Amino acid sequence: MYKYNDFDEAFIRARTAQFRKQVERRVAGNLTEDEFKPLRLMNGLYLQLHAYMLRVAIPYGTLNARQMRQLAYIADKWDRGYGHFTTRQNIQFNWPRLTDVPDMLDALADVEMHANQTSGNTIRNVTSDHFAGAAVDEIEDPRPVAELLRQWSTDHPEFQFLGRKFKIAVGASEHDRAVLKAHDLAVRIVRNDAGETGYEILVGGGLGRTPMIGKVLHPFLPREDLLPYVEAVLTVYNTLGRRDNKYKARIKITVHENGIDTIRALVDEQFALIRPTFSGYDQELLEEIRAHFPEPDYVKAPLDAFETAYENDPVFRSWADTNLSAHTNPDYAIATISLKKHGQTPGDATSEQMRVMADLAEAFAHDELRISHEQNVILPHVHKSHLPAIHARLKAVGLATANIGLVSDIIACPGMDYCALATARSIPVAQQIATRFDELKLEHEIGELKIKISGCINACGHHHMGHIGILGLDRAGVENYQITLGGDGSENAAIGERAGPGFAYDEIVPAIERLVLGYLDLRESPEETFLQAYRRLGAEPFKAVLYPEAKTKNAA
Amino acid sequence: MARKFTPKVVTANDLIEGDVVYLTDDGTWTRKLSEAALFTIPEEADERLSFAAAQTGRVVGAYLADAEPGETGPVPAHFREAFRATGPSNYFHGKQEAAEQA
Ligand code: SF4
Repeated sequence: MYKYNDFDEAFIRARTAQFRKQVERRVAGNLTEDEFKPLRLMNGLYLQLHAYMLRVAIPYGTLNARQMRQLAYIADKWDRGYGHFTTRQNIQFNWPRLTDVPDMLDALADVEMHANQTSGNTIRNVTSDHFAGAAVDEIEDPRPVAELLRQWSTDHPEFQFLGRKFKIAVGASEHDRAVLKAHDLAVRIVRNDAGETGYEILVGGGLGRTPMIGKVLHPFLPREDLLPYVEAVLTVYNTLGRRDNKYKARIKITVHENGIDTIRALVDEQFALIRPTFSGYDQELLEEIRAHFPEPDYVKAPLDAFETAYENDPVFRSWADTNLSAHTNPDYAIATISLKKHGQTPGDATSEQMRVMADLAEAFAHDELRISHEQNVILPHVHKSHLPAIHARLKAVGLATANIGLVSDIIACPGMDYCALATARSIPVAQQIATRFDELKLEHEIGELKIKISGCINACGHHHMGHIGILGLDRAGVENYQITLGGDGSENAAIGERAGPGFAYDEIVPAIERLVLGYLDLRESPEETFLQAYRRLGAEPFKAVLYPEAKTKNAA
Repeated sequence: MARKFTPKVVTANDLIEGDVVYLTDDGTWTRKLSEAALFTIPEEADERLSFAAAQTGRVVGAYLADAEPGETGPVPAHFREAFRATGPSNYFHGKQEAAEQA
């Protein structure tokens, strides 16, 4: 994993010291809120409904045990003993006091972490595949490229005041686990027919008010051209992007209004200009970074412990079947720890849970943890013989829920329980749906189904990309929930379609229940997933179960 | 015809804690909506908002929120303000917890 060099360390320390002074000046009355707000946002500090919120970057979702323990320590010392993992692979603390934040940032710097560029119109935390370095379908570990982009974009003087925020993701697999097509810019490491690797560059994806699927800007960029090319994209966006209207400021609108071909031509022009200024140092740097991401030192051990537990313990077997994924090393598995225990807040972990996950990573998983955009935690490299012990420890702290990819593995943004921008709540809707399907004991029969909930049109909960999406709105002063169907965040990315009129707060859970039970009747076989059934049948039969009154009315 | 004026409270977040606060009759800040001053005259509400907004060393983001007279002081007119006055619904944190400890 990447280790800070002296420059990184000095930079982070200087930033934290600066912010400490800024907070002092704010409290002393020497800075107004208007002056202070952009400064605190640059350091990831928001003001939410009930309190400040500190958003900490977890670059490409990778953490070690020491860092996870430090997050637990911060949660206990300055917050309410828990943290919320987000769809951008960040962690948010919901209750810090303004005057404690400099200490929190110092504590983060102690473990090479920070909250820079987790807000504001800059290049945000670079995200990646949470199975990176372990997935069977990947060409190479995408994280060195993500780290290169992180270093290049950190405090880049030209890109601190973009027209709007800019999100970058990096992937290297057939199967897209990083929602690449919903990013302002995405880099996919690909291989051509000659066996060479290069980059497919996607641009203009994004959710929010105007959801768009990213388009291919370059199908196969030579590796040494990455930084100048991405810089050219940013420069074109910085010049062309609209600043007259916040809702039209993202690059997806720039691409949409100008057309992908025009953008490509402008990028090529800019690229030709700046390419000669890149001396090749970036390639040396990439090589250096690569050395920080070695393959784990795999252990060889018998698998009996795993096989015995799998044969004899049905609870373990269910967890193993649901939460494990194939690893490049056949003796290993990727274990996903669900932060979606039925009835709990999606993405939240208590400090005790964080410590247990840190201990497990250290003892059994080559000291690596990942945060997924689906708000779960992953142990990417686990020798199978350790799985029964891991499962037992997880069970003891409420982390052994066997529901990855199922109906209760819901993405939910903070919504109106915390977020100042929200138009309705998301968390309680997620809690109730999960609890209801747990009561019905149907989860495993229903199979793969992704429900995603956002508390406003900004779509932090990726509702457009849920097989079932739920969007909370304020309709004449009451919470109202709109359902979208058929969204998909994978390599076959699709934006869900609105099903019809919204549902009141007390109607939304029954509506989802009707919809899912209706699907069970509609599917051809237990193997046909909700999304496949939707694609085969279209929206109509699903709408009919959602709105039974409309059907009777039409029939009458 | 001019629409009937919905009564207002002046609310903001505390500079240090971030906690929701309300302006009282005597121009101080309280953490309880029930102790807030309720303004029924638009000009008065605007004047008190300017007064509040000027206190940048004490509060952040002052604005006028719709409220209604209740039995023991103002009550929220909109669910957003109800959450601000109570705390989140997933944990017993924030004002609801403070109220129990008081
Ligand atoms: S989707 Fe809206 S409510 Fe949810 S976190 Fe984003 S801005 Fe807040």
